[in-house]
Amino acid sequence: MSALQTVCLLAVAVAGTATVLTRDPLRQAVASGGLGLSLAVLFLAFGAPDVALSQIVVAGVAVPVMVLLTLAKIRTDERAGARGEGEEQ
Amino acid sequence: MSRRARLVLGLGSLAALAVLAVWAVGGLPDVGHPRGPYADLAPRIMLDERHVTNTVTGVTFDLRGFDTLGEELILFVAALGAAVLLRAQRDERAEEEAAAAEERRGPETTDALRALGAVLVGPVLLLGVYVVAHGALTPGGGFQGGVLLAGALLLVYAAGQVAAVQRVRPVAFVEVADAVGAASYVLLAVGGLVFGVAAMDNFLPLGTAGSLLSGGIVPVLSVAVGVEVTAAVTLILSEFVDQMMLRGSDR
Repeated sequence: MSALQTVCLLAVAVAGTATVLTRDPLRQAVASGGLGLSLAVLFLAFGAPDVALSQIVVAGVAVPVMVLLTLAKIRTDERAGARGEGEEQ
Repeated sequence: MSRRARLVLGLGSLAALAVLAVWAVGGLPDVGHPRGPYADLAPRIMLDERHVTNTVTGVTFDLRGFDTLGEELILFVAALGAAVLLRAQRDERAEEEAAAAEERRGPETTDALRALGAVLVGPVLLLGVYVVAHGALTPGGGFQGGVLLAGALLLVYAAGQVAAVQRVRPVAFVEVADAVGAASYVLLAVGGLVFGVAAMDNFLPLGTAGSLLSGGIVPVLSVAVGVEVTAAVTLILSEFVDQMMLRGSDR
């Protein structure tokens, strides 16, 4: 295993741990995007550019966007719910 | 369960998992030396018999093209399901309010984000088209390029050009593109039945290996999937964005 591959594996381990240890969902979405991109570099280092491309578009674009949209929807729902209760009182 | 018991259980499970992982990795073949004949055979078959230089795309759209047909239809149904479920909660008054909310949203986007989005749209669009068109030659293909193209539309949205997004992704057009992409794949599969000996059989000239128009039906299938994926991802994301806007307009 080359030095580059070792560095990539370590980067994935660090990014994965960081994603797990991040508690705020918003920051976690960004951290998991970073994990996805480090995985893409890992796949490239191991000679799988096709998988790396799929990884970039799924983990770097699709997943963070879905998470962010869901968070935005939950937050506006919560805000609307809190205001609704205030009006009733 | 007490905090201490949870800690012991968690660390114990992790340690057991680590032992199993090390054991499993130790039994893997060396990098670049897989067991079995396919790693050597697949590139040769794809190059000799299909004139496809990117083996991965060749395998996806030829050797196991029928599986890809199923996967493509899964995405088609997923986009359909998202549209049906999310649109059921919408009425005309809500749509008007959503439009008003989108107008209010405009100035909130910072100039830096708008500029970044505007600068990136062109290159990402070009990259997406390149990745789709060169699927049979270099790493890439319909799926990856399709998500990139949908991502370019998302950049237009991030740049705050909501009116522009409404123009570039008229829902009716995206829906038609989704159906056309999915149908093209099925028709190409049937084409093998009509012009060849079996479904998914190649019936187009193979061309010179390495040139843009080579590989028979493989690049055509790649473009069909590219169209379908672009439309499906755009449809799913825009349904979610619309939902968010509807809620935002309640204020």
